[in-house]
Amino acid sequence: MKHTLAALVENHPGVLNRVASLFRRRGFNIESLAVGTTEQEGISRMTFVVEGDDNVGEQVEKQLYKLIDIIQVSDLSREESIVREIALIKVRSEKNNRRDILDLVEIFRAQAVDITEYSVVIQLVAHPETVDSLLENLAAYPIIEMVRTGRIAMLRGPQAISVPTTEPVEVARFHQASGRRPEGELPYISE
Amino acid sequence: MKKITGADIVLESLKKIGIDTVFGYPGGVVLPLYDRWPSHPEVRHILVRHEQGAGHAAEGYAKASGRLGCALATSGPGATNLVTAITDAMMDSIPVLFITGNVARNLLGRDGFQEADITGITMPITKHNYLVMRAEDIAPTFAEAAYIATTGRPGPVHIDIPKDVFIEEADFEWPEQISIRGYEPFPFINEDEIKNAVQLIRRAERPIIFAGHGIIQADASKELMEFAEKSGTPVLNTLLGLGSIPQDHVLSYGMMGMHGSYWANHAASNADLIIGLGMRMDDRALGRFADLNPTANVIHVDIDPAEHNKNIITTTPIVGNVREVLKILITQFEPLSHIDWIHWIDELRRDHKDSFKVPEVDELTPQYIESRIAEKIGNEGVVVTGVGQHQMWAAQLMNISRPRQLITSGGLGTMGFEVPAALGAQVAEPNRTVWTICGDGGFQMTNQEIATMIDENLPVKMAIMNNGFLGMVRQWQELFYGNNYVSVNMSQPDFVKLGEAYGIKSLRVSNKSEVDDVIIEANNHPGPVLIDFQVETEGNVWPMVPAGAALSETVETSDQVKAL
Repeated sequence: MKHTLAALVENHPGVLNRVASLFRRRGFNIESLAVGTTEQEGISRMTFVVEGDDNVGEQVEKQLYKLIDIIQVSDLSREESIVREIALIKVRSEKNNRRDILDLVEIFRAQAVDITEYSVVIQLVAHPETVDSLLENLAAYPIIEMVRTGRIAMLRGPQAISVPTTEPVEVARFHQASGRRPEGELPYISE
Repeated sequence: MKKITGADIVLESLKKIGIDTVFGYPGGVVLPLYDRWPSHPEVRHILVRHEQGAGHAAEGYAKASGRLGCALATSGPGATNLVTAITDAMMDSIPVLFITGNVARNLLGRDGFQEADITGITMPITKHNYLVMRAEDIAPTFAEAAYIATTGRPGPVHIDIPKDVFIEEADFEWPEQISIRGYEPFPFINEDEIKNAVQLIRRAERPIIFAGHGIIQADASKELMEFAEKSGTPVLNTLLGLGSIPQDHVLSYGMMGMHGSYWANHAASNADLIIGLGMRMDDRALGRFADLNPTANVIHVDIDPAEHNKNIITTTPIVGNVREVLKILITQFEPLSHIDWIHWIDELRRDHKDSFKVPEVDELTPQYIESRIAEKIGNEGVVVTGVGQHQMWAAQLMNISRPRQLITSGGLGTMGFEVPAALGAQVAEPNRTVWTICGDGGFQMTNQEIATMIDENLPVKMAIMNNGFLGMVRQWQELFYGNNYVSVNMSQPDFVKLGEAYGIKSLRVSNKSEVDDVIIEANNHPGPVLIDFQVETEGNVWPMVPAGAALSETVETSDQVKAL
């Protein structure tokens, strides 16, 4: 089963490294990863596709949460969501088959974004399965080059993955809150 | 406000966090920091002999006191020498702040002299790490780092500071509040899960508690005992959970796991309800996961939700500080008792006592020495061990009954942990007697810290169980590799002469009859003492759950291993 997870992350240096390192170390298999900005400054959004059973999905989510720079994680495959991917596909084409290719473009509601005497570049924004299906249909023509962005996803309806509000913690009290001595009892305080 | 240097900000920040001791080793890029140290006498600097020693000493300090430890090293090799200690702290959830210097900002990434990408290296082995690029960021970073290291599931936090940031000047502004949106160390305790747990507890006929390190970290010993007594549930300990309940408590059944007792392992395998408290369901404690006890319900209380369902399926996961959770749980049910179940375990204990005691032989055995040391220092002493056979015997036979009485490397199993960790524990607990039980192998990995003990007047008592072998490796080669001893028989220096060369009291013991006197002599000596115990060479730790076996397959003799 494929899990599509979306994570809001602090836009700090090294955050992608932290995430990649976690996936490598725990042996989670990333099928795709897309990173981009969000509506909020300082926050990026990562979308992962991970192959594995529900247990793997749960572990990925929880392990991601352990990273301090990860603000919020949501497994979108559990909810109604919109999933999209962009593909650019460069196909060898000559006069005799160009029409067939452009028909396919039309059927898949893709776009031909570059046409030369010997090639067509097709752009498709769609669900990854639709992209797969277009590729299958293009199998008859030699594909010169292909690139896909990896999927991005968003919940349907008004709900959104949001940044939780965190109550600020008084620095002086945190030692006590975790069962340790409050700062006032520590041996050295400089004022 | 008068601007001060980054170095001064670091030291002021340490004082604000409440760090009174830093275990460190100087070097090129941290010179600006050391240069300012004499102006901050409140922060004691202990000069170690190897950065790994600094790291383990900071761990020993933190484990013994429950407070944040701190280790400091220079860039490059200094920083990489900390890596073992950082990993050890990560595996055992020890709150330690690791500080390293790095090359100046304009040289970062250019492979300058003594540059290592240490934040890249420590990323997977710390709870969090920072590279501080501006002097004004130092104070908020330290406040955040200490907050992260000591709250939630504690752990190591590493701060890397380029040389010129120590020199740069900035205002010292200590934050009043901290708010990290991706970090919630005080989770809301789910009431539904509490209700589910209470139902399981009420319904259980054969409940068992696995009490782990979390009980000690959360100071929840009192609550653990109250909960066990009220629910009539026997308590087993993981290695790091030892001390969370006194051994002589009526519901305490000692250590479970690879070298846990026969009765503890069978109780774990036959329970109908497992209550894991502040422990991470580790393979050394649980044996083969699939066959631990597939039919039992599992209540798992841990502050780290990623531990739930990681190794075994959890029926009722409760996320929260184990002390807070226990406080709530205790009020939710009427007193329960499980007489038949406890009798069943007691009977097992009667029948299998022999595999879990000091062997009655004439030779000098580590088991005998360790039980005598335990007897002589009592529960107010601190026992620090290395890793291997002597460590397991300490866990089995040293009557660990007080939280923070036993300091040992659990998850990572770091040989060489013992000497520096004992040093750190003695710094944290100057009024307690600190004994370190060393193997002759592990002792030789970090024994240079004896020099640090002398400098700092730390009267650690070092007992070397000298059998001329890497004992645990030899035991495995004997049992699982057909007696094929390869690279386990090692020559030793004359440990007594070595100790004397350092200038400390050094003794050798080869007879059982001398043991008590030597322990008393060491206890009465005001400085560090080294004792070379010439013990029998080929003793084995029993009982044992062979690696990959289930707890119910606990064996007590070599013959049983061969029959497997």
